Amino acid sequence: MAKILIPTPLRQYTDKKDTVELGGATVGEVLSALTSEHPDLRRHLYTDEGKLRSFVNVYLNDEDIRYLNRDSTPVATNDTLTIVPSIAGGITDVSH
Amino acid sequence: MSATDTTIDTPVAAPTLSKDEILRYSRHLIMPEVGMEGQLKLKQAKVLLIGTGGLGAPLGMYLAAAGIGRIGLVDFDVVDHTNLQRQIIHGTKDVGRKKLDSAADTMQDINPFVQIDKYEVALTSENALDILRDYDIVIDGTDNFPTRYLVNDACVLLGKPNVYGSIFRFEGQATVFAYEGGPCYRCLYPEPPPPGLVPSCAEGGVLGILPGMIGIVQATEAVKLILGKGEPLVGRLLLYDALAMRFRELKLRRNPECPVCGDHPTIHQLIDYYQFCGVPRQAEEPVAAAGDLTAAEVKAKIDRADDFVLIDVREPHEYQIAKIGYAKLIPLGELPKRLNELNTADEIVMHCKSGVRSAKAVDLLKQSGFKKVRNLKGGILAWSDTVDPSVPKY
Repeated sequence: MAKILIPTPLRQYTDKKDTVELGGATVGEVLSALTSEHPDLRRHLYTDEGKLRSFVNVYLNDEDIRYLNRDSTPVATNDTLTIVPSIAGGITDVSH
Repeated sequence: MSATDTTIDTPVAAPTLSKDEILRYSRHLIMPEVGMEGQLKLKQAKVLLIGTGGLGAPLGMYLAAAGIGRIGLVDFDVVDHTNLQRQIIHGTKDVGRKKLDSAADTMQDINPFVQIDKYEVALTSENALDILRDYDIVIDGTDNFPTRYLVNDACVLLGKPNVYGSIFRFEGQATVFAYEGGPCYRCLYPEPPPPGLVPSCAEGGVLGILPGMIGIVQATEAVKLILGKGEPLVGRLLLYDALAMRFRELKLRRNPECPVCGDHPTIHQLIDYYQFCGVPRQAEEPVAAAGDLTAAEVKAKIDRADDFVLIDVREPHEYQIAKIGYAKLIPLGELPKRLNELNTADEIVMHCKSGVRSAKAVDLLKQSGFKKVRNLKGGILAWSDTVDPSVPKY
Protein backbone atom coordinates (compact mmCIF):
# COMPACT_ATOMS: atom_id res chain seq x y z
CA MET A 1 0.00 0.00 0.00
CA ALA A 2 1.22 3.45 -0.86
CA LYS A 3 0.33 6.50 1.16
CA ILE A 4 -1.18 9.43 -0.72
CA LEU A 5 -1.06 12.85 0.94
CA ILE A 6 -4.02 15.01 -0.04
CA PRO A 7 -3.51 18.80 0.10
CA THR A 8 -6.02 21.04 1.87
CA PRO A 9 -7.77 22.40 -1.27
CA LEU A 10 -8.55 18.87 -2.50
CA ARG A 11 -9.72 17.38 0.78
CA GLN A 12 -13.27 18.46 0.04
CA TYR A 13 -13.26 15.72 -2.62
CA THR A 14 -11.83 12.99 -0.38
CA ASP A 15 -14.39 13.15 2.44
CA LYS A 16 -12.00 15.54 4.24
CA LYS A 17 -9.29 12.85 4.52
CA ASP A 18 -5.71 14.17 4.47
CA THR A 19 -4.18 10.76 3.82
CA VAL A 20 -5.42 7.85 1.75
CA GLU A 21 -3.70 4.45 1.54
CA LEU A 22 -4.16 2.49 -1.66
CA GLY A 23 -2.47 -0.28 -3.59
CA GLY A 24 -1.04 -0.15 -7.11
CA ALA A 25 2.13 -1.12 -8.94
CA THR A 26 2.62 2.27 -10.60
CA VAL A 27 1.83 5.90 -9.90
CA GLY A 28 -0.91 5.72 -12.53
CA GLU A 29 -2.51 2.70 -10.86
CA VAL A 30 -2.46 4.26 -7.41
CA LEU A 31 -3.95 7.52 -8.69
CA SER A 32 -6.54 5.59 -10.65
CA ALA A 33 -7.52 3.74 -7.48
CA LEU A 34 -7.73 7.11 -5.74
CA THR A 35 -10.04 8.64 -8.33
CA SER A 36 -12.20 5.49 -8.38
CA GLU A 37 -12.66 5.78 -4.65
CA HIS A 38 -13.21 9.55 -4.87
CA PRO A 39 -14.64 10.27 -8.34
CA ASP A 40 -15.09 14.01 -7.70
CA LEU A 41 -11.32 14.30 -7.46
CA ARG A 42 -10.76 13.15 -11.01
CA ARG A 43 -11.51 16.37 -12.86
CA HIS A 44 -9.32 18.30 -10.45
CA LEU A 45 -6.32 16.10 -11.21
CA TYR A 46 -6.79 15.23 -14.86
CA THR A 47 -7.84 16.99 -18.04
CA ASP A 48 -10.62 15.56 -20.19
CA GLU A 49 -7.87 13.92 -22.25
CA GLY A 50 -6.60 12.14 -19.14
CA LYS A 51 -3.43 14.22 -18.72
CA LEU A 52 -2.35 15.41 -15.30
CA ARG A 53 -3.30 19.08 -15.09
CA SER A 54 -0.50 21.61 -15.49
CA PHE A 55 -1.21 23.20 -12.11
CA VAL A 56 -1.06 19.91 -10.20
CA ASN A 57 2.17 18.08 -9.47
CA VAL A 58 2.61 14.61 -8.07
CA TYR A 59 5.69 13.58 -6.16
CA LEU A 60 6.86 10.06 -5.43
CA ASN A 61 8.54 10.57 -2.10
CA ASP A 62 10.45 13.81 -2.81
CA GLU A 63 10.78 13.47 -6.58
CA ASP A 64 8.47 15.02 -9.18
CA ILE A 65 7.04 12.18 -11.32
CA ARG A 66 7.57 14.33 -14.45
CA TYR A 67 11.29 13.63 -13.95
CA LEU A 68 10.71 9.91 -13.32
CA ASN A 69 8.48 7.87 -15.60
CA ARG A 70 5.32 9.86 -14.96
CA ASP A 71 2.32 7.54 -14.57
CA SER A 72 4.43 4.45 -15.29
CA THR A 73 6.77 5.09 -12.37
CA PRO A 74 6.82 1.96 -10.16
CA VAL A 75 5.51 2.38 -6.63
CA ALA A 76 6.82 0.30 -3.75
CA THR A 77 5.08 -0.43 -0.47
CA ASN A 78 5.69 2.38 2.01
CA ASP A 79 6.24 4.92 -0.76
CA THR A 80 4.50 8.24 -0.31
CA LEU A 81 2.74 10.05 -3.11
CA THR A 82 2.17 13.76 -2.53
CA ILE A 83 -0.25 15.80 -4.59
CA VAL A 84 0.81 19.47 -4.70
CA PRO A 85 -1.50 21.85 -6.55
CA SER A 86 -0.61 25.48 -7.08
CA ILE A 87 -2.08 27.68 -4.39
CA ALA A 88 -2.61 31.43 -4.17
CA GLY A 89 -4.11 32.99 -1.08
CA GLY A 90 -3.97 36.60 -2.20
CA ILE A 91 -6.73 38.49 -3.92
CA THR A 92 -6.39 38.92 -7.66
CA ASP A 93 -6.70 42.56 -8.53
CA VAL A 94 -8.85 42.97 -11.61
CA SER A 95 -9.04 46.72 -11.64
CA HIS A 96 -6.01 47.16 -13.93
CA MET B 1 50.65 55.31 -11.29
CA SER B 2 51.01 51.57 -11.25
CA ALA B 3 48.28 49.19 -12.34
CA THR B 4 47.61 48.14 -8.77
CA ASP B 5 46.85 51.72 -7.75
CA THR B 6 44.01 52.05 -10.24
CA THR B 7 42.22 49.02 -8.80
CA ILE B 8 42.32 50.60 -5.37
CA ASP B 9 40.68 53.75 -6.77
CA THR B 10 37.45 52.07 -7.83
CA PRO B 11 35.29 51.93 -4.67
CA VAL B 12 34.19 55.54 -4.45
CA ALA B 13 32.79 55.80 -0.95
CA ALA B 14 33.18 52.57 0.97
CA PRO B 15 30.03 52.14 3.09
CA THR B 16 30.48 52.25 6.79
CA LEU B 17 28.29 51.85 9.84
CA SER B 18 27.73 54.75 12.19
CA LYS B 19 28.14 54.31 15.93
CA ASP B 20 24.35 54.08 16.27
CA GLU B 21 24.14 51.45 13.56
CA ILE B 22 26.90 49.39 15.16
CA LEU B 23 24.95 49.38 18.42
CA ARG B 24 21.68 48.51 16.64
CA TYR B 25 23.16 45.61 14.69
CA SER B 26 25.41 44.30 17.47
CA ARG B 27 23.71 40.87 17.61
CA HIS B 28 24.51 40.46 13.91
CA LEU B 29 27.99 41.90 14.13
CA ILE B 30 29.17 39.50 16.81
CA MET B 31 28.28 36.47 14.64
CA PRO B 32 31.03 35.50 12.22
CA GLU B 33 28.43 34.53 9.57
CA VAL B 34 27.31 38.15 9.40
CA GLY B 35 29.92 40.34 11.05
CA MET B 36 30.82 43.79 9.77
CA GLU B 37 31.26 42.48 6.24
CA GLY B 38 27.79 40.90 6.17
CA GLN B 39 26.09 43.87 7.78
CA LEU B 40 27.62 46.16 5.17
CA LYS B 41 26.33 43.81 2.46
CA LEU B 42 22.86 44.13 3.97
CA LYS B 43 23.23 47.90 4.04
CA GLN B 44 24.20 47.99 0.37
CA ALA B 45 21.42 45.59 -0.66
CA LYS B 46 18.31 46.66 -2.52
CA VAL B 47 15.25 44.46 -2.10
CA LEU B 48 11.89 44.94 -3.78
CA LEU B 49 8.86 43.79 -1.81
CA ILE B 50 5.67 43.50 -3.82
CA GLY B 51 2.62 43.72 -1.59
CA THR B 52 2.45 44.69 2.08
CA GLY B 53 -0.30 42.25 3.05
CA GLY B 54 -0.12 38.92 4.85
CA LEU B 55 3.28 37.82 3.55
CA GLY B 56 4.55 41.37 3.07
CA ALA B 57 3.92 42.37 6.69
CA PRO B 58 6.54 40.17 8.40
CA LEU B 59 8.81 40.55 5.37
CA GLY B 60 8.80 44.33 5.56
CA MET B 61 9.30 44.40 9.30
CA TYR B 62 12.17 41.89 9.42
CA LEU B 63 13.93 43.21 6.33
CA ALA B 64 13.83 46.71 7.83
CA ALA B 65 15.02 45.42 11.19
CA ALA B 66 17.84 43.48 9.53
CA GLY B 67 19.16 46.71 8.04
CA ILE B 68 18.56 46.17 4.32
CA GLY B 69 19.77 49.49 2.94
CA ARG B 70 17.02 50.10 0.44
CA ILE B 71 13.61 48.46 0.38
CA GLY B 72 11.12 49.11 -2.40
CA LEU B 73 7.44 48.63 -1.56
CA VAL B 74 4.75 48.14 -4.18
CA ASP B 75 1.12 48.40 -3.05
CA PHE B 76 -1.95 50.46 -3.85
CA ASP B 77 -4.41 48.94 -1.39
CA VAL B 78 -5.97 50.49 1.69
CA VAL B 79 -5.95 48.92 5.17
CA ASP B 80 -9.28 47.45 6.25
CA HIS B 81 -10.43 45.66 9.38
CA THR B 82 -10.23 42.17 7.87
CA ASN B 83 -6.49 42.69 7.22
CA LEU B 84 -5.58 43.06 10.89
CA GLN B 85 -5.94 39.36 11.78
CA ARG B 86 -2.63 38.72 9.95
CA GLN B 87 -1.10 41.87 8.43
CA ILE B 88 0.78 42.88 11.54
CA ILE B 89 2.65 45.72 9.86
CA HIS B 90 -0.67 47.63 10.01
CA GLY B 91 -2.60 48.51 13.16
CA THR B 92 -6.16 49.43 14.03
CA LYS B 93 -5.22 53.10 13.82
CA ASP B 94 -4.22 52.55 10.17
CA VAL B 95 -7.62 51.36 8.94
CA GLY B 96 -8.50 53.52 5.94
CA ARG B 97 -4.86 54.55 5.29
CA LYS B 98 -2.84 53.51 2.29
CA LYS B 99 -1.00 50.27 3.09
CA LEU B 100 2.10 51.80 1.55
CA ASP B 101 2.15 54.65 4.08
CA SER B 102 1.18 52.46 7.00
CA ALA B 103 3.84 49.84 6.17
CA ALA B 104 6.53 52.45 5.55
CA ASP B 105 5.77 54.14 8.88
CA THR B 106 6.08 50.86 10.77
CA MET B 107 9.32 49.99 9.01
CA GLN B 108 10.86 53.42 9.58
CA ASP B 109 9.85 53.21 13.22
CA ILE B 110 11.61 49.84 13.49
CA ASN B 111 14.65 51.13 11.65
CA PRO B 112 15.12 54.76 10.55
CA PHE B 113 18.40 53.83 8.85
CA VAL B 114 16.73 52.06 5.94
CA GLN B 115 15.61 53.87 2.81
CA ILE B 116 12.10 53.01 1.66
CA ASP B 117 11.00 53.58 -1.95
CA LYS B 118 7.24 53.67 -2.31
CA TYR B 119 5.49 52.62 -5.52
CA GLU B 120 1.77 53.26 -5.29
CA VAL B 121 0.87 51.19 -8.34
CA ALA B 122 -0.28 47.75 -9.30
CA LEU B 123 2.65 45.87 -10.81
CA THR B 124 1.87 45.41 -14.52
CA SER B 125 3.60 44.15 -17.65
CA GLU B 126 4.16 47.80 -18.57
CA ASN B 127 5.93 48.93 -15.38
CA ALA B 128 7.41 45.73 -13.92
CA LEU B 129 10.80 45.70 -15.67
CA ASP B 130 11.43 49.36 -14.86
CA ILE B 131 10.56 48.89 -11.20
CA LEU B 132 12.39 45.57 -10.72
CA ARG B 133 15.54 46.63 -12.57
CA ASP B 134 16.87 48.73 -9.69
CA TYR B 135 16.80 45.92 -7.13
CA ASP B 136 19.03 42.93 -6.35
CA ILE B 137 16.32 40.62 -5.04
CA VAL B 138 12.59 40.52 -5.67
CA ILE B 139 10.06 39.15 -3.18
CA ASP B 140 6.49 38.61 -4.28
CA GLY B 141 4.18 38.92 -1.32
CA THR B 142 0.97 39.35 -3.35
CA ASP B 143 0.22 35.64 -3.64
CA ASN B 144 -2.03 35.87 -6.70
CA PHE B 145 -1.52 34.10 -10.02
CA PRO B 146 -1.26 37.02 -12.49
CA THR B 147 1.31 38.85 -10.35
CA ARG B 148 3.15 35.62 -9.63
CA TYR B 149 3.66 34.77 -13.32
CA LEU B 150 4.47 38.41 -14.08
CA VAL B 151 7.11 38.57 -11.34
CA ASN B 152 8.46 35.17 -12.34
CA ASP B 153 8.95 36.10 -15.98
CA ALA B 154 10.31 39.55 -15.18
CA CYS B 155 12.85 38.05 -12.74
CA VAL B 156 13.97 35.44 -15.26
CA LEU B 157 14.31 38.08 -18.00
CA LEU B 158 16.27 40.40 -15.70
CA GLY B 159 18.27 37.64 -13.99
CA LYS B 160 17.05 38.53 -10.49
CA PRO B 161 16.33 35.98 -7.76
CA ASN B 162 12.63 35.72 -6.92
CA VAL B 163 11.82 34.74 -3.36
CA TYR B 164 8.48 32.97 -3.49
CA GLY B 165 5.86 32.18 -0.88
CA SER B 166 2.24 31.12 -1.06
CA ILE B 167 -0.37 30.20 1.52
CA PHE B 168 -3.75 28.55 1.83
CA ARG B 169 -5.65 28.00 5.09
CA PHE B 170 -3.08 26.05 7.13
CA GLU B 171 -0.55 25.25 4.41
CA GLY B 172 2.26 27.16 2.83
CA GLN B 173 4.93 26.81 0.14
CA ALA B 174 8.21 28.64 -0.23
CA THR B 175 11.28 28.53 -2.44
CA VAL B 176 13.71 30.77 -4.33
CA PHE B 177 13.22 30.91 -8.09
CA ALA B 178 15.47 32.08 -10.89
CA TYR B 179 18.65 32.03 -8.82
CA GLU B 180 21.84 31.24 -10.72
CA GLY B 181 20.27 28.95 -13.28
CA GLY B 182 17.83 27.37 -10.86
CA PRO B 183 14.21 26.58 -11.67
CA CYS B 184 11.47 29.19 -12.02
CA TYR B 185 7.79 29.13 -11.13
CA ARG B 186 6.84 28.00 -14.63
CA CYS B 187 9.12 24.97 -14.18
CA LEU B 188 7.00 24.07 -11.17
CA TYR B 189 3.62 24.97 -12.67
CA PRO B 190 3.61 25.74 -16.40
CA GLU B 191 0.08 27.15 -16.24
CA PRO B 192 -2.26 28.56 -13.62
CA PRO B 193 -5.54 26.90 -12.72
CA PRO B 194 -8.66 28.37 -14.27
CA PRO B 195 -10.05 31.25 -12.20
CA GLY B 196 -12.33 30.18 -9.40
CA LEU B 197 -10.88 26.68 -9.01
CA VAL B 198 -8.40 27.63 -6.29
CA PRO B 199 -10.09 29.68 -3.58
CA SER B 200 -8.28 32.75 -2.27
CA CYS B 201 -7.88 33.41 1.46
CA ALA B 202 -10.82 35.83 1.17
CA GLU B 203 -12.95 32.88 0.13
CA GLY B 204 -11.20 29.96 1.80
CA GLY B 205 -9.84 31.66 4.90
CA VAL B 206 -6.33 31.54 6.32
CA LEU B 207 -4.83 31.05 9.74
CA GLY B 208 -3.56 34.53 10.59
CA ILE B 209 -0.16 33.27 11.73
CA LEU B 210 0.46 31.25 8.56
CA PRO B 211 1.64 34.13 6.34
CA GLY B 212 3.90 35.10 9.25
CA MET B 213 5.65 31.75 9.07
CA ILE B 214 6.00 31.74 5.29
CA GLY B 215 6.92 35.44 5.11
CA ILE B 216 9.67 34.86 7.63
CA VAL B 217 11.02 31.95 5.56
CA GLN B 218 11.10 34.34 2.59
CA ALA B 219 12.83 37.05 4.64
CA THR B 220 15.40 34.53 5.89
CA GLU B 221 16.18 33.42 2.34
CA ALA B 222 16.54 37.01 1.13
CA VAL B 223 19.00 37.78 3.94
CA LYS B 224 20.95 34.55 3.24
CA LEU B 225 21.22 35.40 -0.47
CA ILE B 226 22.59 38.84 0.41
CA LEU B 227 25.07 37.45 2.91
CA GLY B 228 26.01 34.58 0.59
CA LYS B 229 25.84 32.25 3.57
CA GLY B 230 24.25 28.88 4.12
CA GLU B 231 22.34 26.75 1.69
CA PRO B 232 19.75 28.74 -0.24
CA LEU B 233 16.25 27.31 -0.73
CA VAL B 234 16.95 26.74 -4.42
CA GLY B 235 15.83 23.59 -6.21
CA ARG B 236 13.80 22.68 -3.15
CA LEU B 237 10.15 23.38 -2.54
CA LEU B 238 9.45 23.79 1.15
CA LEU B 239 5.96 22.72 2.23
CA TYR B 240 4.62 23.73 5.61
CA ASP B 241 1.53 22.28 7.28
CA ALA B 242 0.58 24.25 10.39
CA LEU B 243 -2.03 21.74 11.57
CA ALA B 244 0.41 18.84 11.53
CA MET B 245 3.25 21.28 12.41
CA ARG B 246 5.40 19.62 9.79
CA PHE B 247 7.88 20.90 7.23
CA ARG B 248 8.59 18.83 4.13
CA GLU B 249 10.87 19.36 1.20
CA LEU B 250 10.34 18.30 -2.41
CA LYS B 251 12.86 18.41 -5.24
CA LEU B 252 12.41 21.21 -7.72
CA ARG B 253 14.15 21.05 -11.07
CA ARG B 254 14.61 23.47 -13.90
CA ASN B 255 12.51 22.25 -16.80
CA PRO B 256 14.61 22.25 -20.00
CA GLU B 257 11.34 22.83 -21.87
CA CYS B 258 10.28 25.79 -19.72
CA PRO B 259 9.02 28.55 -22.03
CA VAL B 260 10.83 31.28 -20.10
CA CYS B 261 13.95 29.75 -18.49
CA GLY B 262 14.35 26.54 -20.54
CA ASP B 263 16.95 25.69 -23.13
CA HIS B 264 14.91 27.20 -25.96
CA PRO B 265 12.76 29.89 -24.37
CA THR B 266 9.79 31.18 -26.32
CA ILE B 267 8.94 34.06 -23.97
CA HIS B 268 11.32 36.97 -24.41
CA GLN B 269 9.14 39.77 -23.12
CA LEU B 270 6.32 40.21 -20.66
CA ILE B 271 2.87 39.14 -21.77
CA ASP B 272 -0.67 39.91 -20.63
CA TYR B 273 -0.83 37.97 -17.37
CA TYR B 274 -4.48 38.64 -16.69
CA GLN B 275 -5.33 37.05 -19.99
CA PHE B 276 -2.84 34.22 -19.34
CA CYS B 277 -4.55 33.53 -16.01
CA GLY B 278 -8.03 33.89 -17.52
CA VAL B 279 -8.89 36.85 -15.33
CA PRO B 280 -11.03 39.55 -16.96
CA ARG B 281 -9.15 42.84 -16.93
CA GLN B 282 -12.02 45.20 -16.31
CA ALA B 283 -15.30 44.88 -14.54
CA GLU B 284 -14.72 44.88 -10.82
CA GLU B 285 -18.39 43.96 -10.38
CA PRO B 286 -19.18 40.38 -11.21
CA VAL B 287 -21.09 40.42 -14.44
CA ALA B 288 -24.70 40.72 -13.36
CA ALA B 289 -26.72 38.12 -15.14
CA ALA B 290 -30.09 39.27 -16.34
CA GLY B 291 -32.58 38.61 -13.60
CA ASP B 292 -30.23 39.16 -10.65
CA LEU B 293 -32.04 40.60 -7.66
CA THR B 294 -30.70 43.26 -5.34
CA ALA B 295 -30.81 42.73 -1.59
CA ALA B 296 -33.57 45.36 -1.34
CA GLU B 297 -35.64 43.55 -3.97
CA VAL B 298 -35.32 40.27 -2.04
CA LYS B 299 -36.30 42.06 1.17
CA ALA B 300 -39.38 43.46 -0.58
CA LYS B 301 -40.34 39.96 -1.73
CA ILE B 302 -40.09 38.68 1.84
CA ASP B 303 -42.14 41.63 3.14
CA ARG B 304 -44.82 41.08 0.48
CA ALA B 305 -44.85 37.40 1.47
CA ASP B 306 -44.17 36.46 -2.17
CA ASP B 307 -44.14 32.75 -2.76
CA PHE B 308 -40.46 31.96 -3.27
CA VAL B 309 -37.60 29.96 -1.75
CA LEU B 310 -34.35 31.59 -0.61
CA ILE B 311 -31.37 29.21 -0.60
CA ASP B 312 -28.09 30.02 1.14
CA VAL B 313 -25.27 28.09 -0.57
CA ARG B 314 -22.54 28.97 1.91
CA GLU B 315 -20.90 26.57 4.36
CA PRO B 316 -22.48 25.79 7.76
CA HIS B 317 -19.68 27.62 9.64
CA GLU B 318 -20.42 30.75 7.61
CA TYR B 319 -24.12 30.39 8.39
CA GLN B 320 -23.17 30.54 12.07
CA ILE B 321 -21.40 33.87 11.54
CA ALA B 322 -24.24 35.65 9.77
CA LYS B 323 -27.46 34.64 8.11
CA ILE B 324 -30.63 35.89 6.50
CA GLY B 325 -33.29 34.30 8.70
CA TYR B 326 -35.57 33.44 5.82
CA ALA B 327 -32.97 31.35 3.98
CA LYS B 328 -32.51 27.60 3.90
CA LEU B 329 -28.91 26.36 3.94
CA ILE B 330 -27.70 24.03 1.18
CA PRO B 331 -23.90 24.36 0.77
CA LEU B 332 -22.83 24.64 -2.88
CA GLY B 333 -20.87 21.37 -2.69
CA GLU B 334 -23.96 19.47 -1.54
CA LEU B 335 -26.32 21.08 -4.04
CA PRO B 336 -25.98 18.47 -6.83
CA LYS B 337 -26.99 15.70 -4.40
CA ARG B 338 -29.81 17.72 -2.82
CA LEU B 339 -31.63 18.96 -5.91
CA ASN B 340 -34.54 16.72 -4.88
CA GLU B 341 -35.18 19.14 -2.00
CA LEU B 342 -36.04 21.83 -4.56
CA ASN B 343 -39.01 22.10 -6.87
CA THR B 344 -38.62 23.32 -10.46
CA ALA B 345 -42.04 24.92 -10.19
CA ASP B 346 -40.94 27.19 -7.33
CA GLU B 347 -39.38 30.59 -7.73
CA ILE B 348 -35.90 30.22 -6.20
CA VAL B 349 -33.39 32.87 -5.15
CA MET B 350 -29.84 31.78 -4.32
CA HIS B 351 -27.45 33.72 -2.12
CA CYS B 352 -23.95 33.35 -0.67
CA LYS B 353 -21.45 35.78 0.85
CA SER B 354 -20.75 38.00 -2.14
CA GLY B 355 -22.79 36.55 -5.00
CA VAL B 356 -20.07 34.50 -6.74
CA ARG B 357 -20.85 31.03 -5.41
CA SER B 358 -24.58 31.63 -5.71
CA ALA B 359 -24.10 32.59 -9.37
CA LYS B 360 -22.50 29.14 -9.84
CA ALA B 361 -25.45 27.61 -8.01
CA VAL B 362 -27.87 29.43 -10.34
CA ASP B 363 -25.99 28.00 -13.35
CA LEU B 364 -26.06 24.54 -11.85
CA LEU B 365 -29.81 24.69 -11.27
CA LYS B 366 -30.47 26.06 -14.74
CA GLN B 367 -28.47 23.19 -16.23
CA SER B 368 -30.63 20.84 -14.20
CA GLY B 369 -33.84 22.19 -15.68
CA PHE B 370 -34.76 24.89 -13.17
CA LYS B 371 -36.04 27.98 -14.96
CA LYS B 372 -37.24 30.32 -12.22
CA VAL B 373 -33.96 30.70 -10.38
CA ARG B 374 -32.19 33.97 -9.69
CA ASN B 375 -29.14 35.25 -7.85
CA LEU B 376 -29.06 37.71 -4.95
CA LYS B 377 -26.48 40.16 -6.25
CA GLY B 378 -23.74 40.99 -3.75
CA GLY B 379 -24.83 38.25 -1.34
CA ILE B 380 -25.12 38.69 2.39
CA LEU B 381 -22.59 41.53 2.25
CA ALA B 382 -25.04 43.56 0.18
CA TRP B 383 -27.83 42.49 2.54
CA SER B 384 -25.84 43.91 5.45
CA ASP B 385 -25.07 47.13 3.53
CA THR B 386 -28.52 47.89 2.23
CA VAL B 387 -31.13 45.94 4.19
CA ASP B 388 -30.05 44.92 7.67
CA PRO B 389 -26.86 46.47 9.11
CA SER B 390 -27.20 44.25 12.19
CA VAL B 391 -26.04 41.32 10.03
CA PRO B 392 -22.27 41.21 10.55
CA LYS B 393 -19.91 41.30 7.57
CA TYR B 394 -17.00 38.88 7.49
